[in-house]
Amino acid sequence: MIEHSENHIVPKKTYYIVFATLMVLLFVTVAMAFVPLGPFNIYVAMAIAMTKGALVVLYFMHVRYSNRLIWVAAGAGFVWLVILIAFTLADYSSRGWIKVPGK
Amino acid sequence: MSDTHSSLVAHQFDDGVQQKQATTLGMWVFLITEIMFFGGLILAYTVYRVKYPEEFHHASKHLDYVMGTVNTCVLLCSSLTMAFAVHAAQEGKRKLTMIFIVVTMVLGAAFLGVKGWEYYTKYTDHLIPGPNYAINHLWEGALLPKTQIFFSLYFAMTGLHAFHMLIGLGLMTWLFVKTKRGRFSKEYYNPVEVCGLYWHFIDIVWIFLFPLLYLIDRSH
Repeated sequence: MIEHSENHIVPKKTYYIVFATLMVLLFVTVAMAFVPLGPFNIYVAMAIAMTKGALVVLYFMHVRYSNRLIWVAAGAGFVWLVILIAFTLADYSSRGWIKVPGK
Repeated sequence: MSDTHSSLVAHQFDDGVQQKQATTLGMWVFLITEIMFFGGLILAYTVYRVKYPEEFHHASKHLDYVMGTVNTCVLLCSSLTMAFAVHAAQEGKRKLTMIFIVVTMVLGAAFLGVKGWEYYTKYTDHLIPGPNYAINHLWEGALLPKTQIFFSLYFAMTGLHAFHMLIGLGLMTWLFVKTKRGRFSKEYYNPVEVCGLYWHFIDIVWIFLFPLLYLIDRSH
């Protein structure tokens, strides 16, 4: 458990480490685009993007040091986005599986 | 009214801690609506990319990934300087806060400059969807009119993102003025904190847009 005092000051060193990691991940994602991965390209790209996004949310946006209510709020946004995309794709990708009479 | 109640705390709050929690939560609720706002476009992108994978692959290669990478670097740097601006505000260092706000703004403006140049090259290459679109352009020997969908989404997504950057620059200007007038202190810097949240959010949107638009399998 991390102590969350309301005016938690993140040490500058943490910011530098997070920034360096983000830069490394940026060059990894560019390099991976040139590796022939076929359909897995998008999964690798999104996995790296999510890692970068999580680092920004946790450290730059101070969620790691915030109270539980902020965790729930930040998590809810992500969960709803996943529902939006997953359910819509389930619809689009399953169209044509069952023949509808008259169509 | 308790004696810890200073003029910095609005009358509806018990104390500064509650005020800060409410401000932060309010910003996060707004950011959730923003996630859904951009989410709609990302959803449209996903559906069309599944439907027209070839078109998206070829069209994406017409974006300059070097410029995209440079712009991502610029935006990540601006997030770092924004984090430092909040850090300086937390320590009550007024001058330093102002310096970091200005550096963040310069980086934000540089991002928009590169973006503008990219838009210009798309214009000269007839890649803006509409009557002047290079409809007869051969994409490695094939005629792919549906590449217009990719470019429509490209302009909609990066355009909406750039618009958010403009709002961000406006917020930074406001923050700069407030900081200069000495409205913030160690005890009260909530506006700096939540404007920082907004700025980092724009950064995250770009972190996703960059691989989705610029980096669709460049190996062939």
